[in-house]
Amino acid sequence: MEAVLESRRKERLDRGIKVRTDGIYAVSSWREIAYLVLPRLLLIGGLLMMPLLLSQAPYWQRVISIVCIYSLLAISFDFLAHFVGLVSLGGALYIGVGAYIAALLNTHFGLPSWITVPLATILGGGLCTLLLWPCLPLRGVYFAIVSLMFPLLVARIIEALDIFGGTDGVLGVDGFSSKWVEMYVLIAVVLLILFGLRRLVNEDLGLVFRGVKDNDQAVKASGIDVITIKALGVFIASAMGCLGGAMLSHLYMWAGLSQFALDFSIIPIAATVVGGGGTLAGPVIGCLILVPISELLRDFGTLRIAVYALILCGFIVFKSEGLMVYGSRKYQQFERWVQI
Amino acid sequence: MEILIYGIVNSVSLALMALGFTLVYGVSRLPNFAHGSLYVTTGFITWLLLQRLGVPYLVAMLISLVLIGVVGAAMYHFILVRIRGMSISEIIASYAIGLAILEGLRWGGLKGTTHTLPVFANGSVDILGVVVDYHRLLVILLGAILVGLLWVFVNRTRLGLALKGMAQDERAALTLGIDSDRMAVMSMALGGVMAGLAALVLLPLGNIVVEAGYHVLIMAVAVCIVGGLGSWTGAILAAFLIGFAQIFTVAWLGPHFQVVVALLAIILTLISRPSGLFGRQKELEERV
Repeated sequence: MEAVLESRRKERLDRGIKVRTDGIYAVSSWREIAYLVLPRLLLIGGLLMMPLLLSQAPYWQRVISIVCIYSLLAISFDFLAHFVGLVSLGGALYIGVGAYIAALLNTHFGLPSWITVPLATILGGGLCTLLLWPCLPLRGVYFAIVSLMFPLLVARIIEALDIFGGTDGVLGVDGFSSKWVEMYVLIAVVLLILFGLRRLVNEDLGLVFRGVKDNDQAVKASGIDVITIKALGVFIASAMGCLGGAMLSHLYMWAGLSQFALDFSIIPIAATVVGGGGTLAGPVIGCLILVPISELLRDFGTLRIAVYALILCGFIVFKSEGLMVYGSRKYQQFERWVQI
Repeated sequence: MEILIYGIVNSVSLALMALGFTLVYGVSRLPNFAHGSLYVTTGFITWLLLQRLGVPYLVAMLISLVLIGVVGAAMYHFILVRIRGMSISEIIASYAIGLAILEGLRWGGLKGTTHTLPVFANGSVDILGVVVDYHRLLVILLGAILVGLLWVFVNRTRLGLALKGMAQDERAALTLGIDSDRMAVMSMALGGVMAGLAALVLLPLGNIVVEAGYHVLIMAVAVCIVGGLGSWTGAILAAFLIGFAQIFTVAWLGPHFQVVVALLAIILTLISRPSGLFGRQKELEERV
């Protein structure tokens, strides 16, 4: 440790406009309204414009859909980790379960995609919650380890029992009627869930969720069953993941073991860390950055996993607050050096 | 009889895989999810030295053990020390490092079945009607020797006792002049060497493949959780439990279920006895 005494420190103060827009006074002028609305419009408008801007590049339009699916997963990870306090390293479980349910409903019962996707969301969420139910009393590292094992376990069991097409997967799933439908449905779903969840975590239920995370004894003492609340949180998160998985299986017209693969567990976590945990919008931004990088590196095979593992590692060690937190701090506060 | 002998071999292998992991966790409370990648890296370095540079086998093994110890220590000293105590960040960061190493190796050409290490001794022997090759017997012998050496190291040397002190009570150790950061670096280096030793003993039985890294990690985690994290005797007993359970399932159900057994063991243990079969009660509160 160097014993250099700093003679100045950095002071952070909220901008006046931030304070004014916190309350009802937000509607007092266009400037205040714009201050609140512009960042949100930027994200919404940007996402909605993206397919049109990329209409000359069909390959990158597919990437948009993939970004949205990863975003769903990343939001669900962020929600579980930072609002319910369950770090789930096995996002692949949700994707896989959702994909298989949608694919099976489609190929065996001939249901169209606008029925299979919602059904897979609900059924898949329920199934994942049931699977994870016994592990819900666990906390922290232990839940993380168990949840990491689950997708591996399910994939092995499918492989070993040779059910659902075994290693070949379920083939011949219907695609979407057009790529515009697929992209805009996904974008709309991501935006709805993003803003819906931001609402939810500030409601009473969100308060209970955060109580479970910060001090579950206090929640228990208030006469609320911790396990039920955790199960509800897991249901919400896994339903989002299953929705992504169901869309994915219709997108690729296929469901297979690779949907339980590592990619789906690690990219959302990396995106959350890069984008900023606990913000819900951060993970989406993280996905918008990381997934295209991973697509660019597709030619290098498994190097891309190495690359985003390193990005993840760098961010978590050196810049653990993430882009979103950093950005909103710059947006809402000004900093200056003051002499001590 | 076959089940007994191969069960013992399998159990000792599992114990070898898990010892490094449980050592690091026991001393510095760091779940080292890069354990499997250290294991594979040792094998790969040895293979490089042996097959490409023509270094004698024994020398190659020694060099790679030293190198992997340095890698482990560097990993802690430069990266993991910054997030010490934030358990989730520790898991994610060490897992990310491990992934980067493994997938980097795969990209760098470590795939297929061309990477093998020679066995220590050729030939096989007939024990009560079961044919066992010498190397598998050596695994049992070396495993027993390593566990013995580790026990002596921890209980009889200054450094070992310092590590043990860290594991038992970090603050008390600090007041007695044991530098906890240095000890944690030591434990990571030692954990790396343990992973390396396991790799050198076990890899000649098969190919050096990237998948082995994930396999070793799962097995190490399974053994440590079933045995109670940080408990060494627990880890060894759990290795035998899982080792025999695996051999039984292979005999009756088929080889596909081998990993399923380990994963089920983790899940069942965490659900029914969260502190592991031999873990201490104190830790229970942290887990549930």
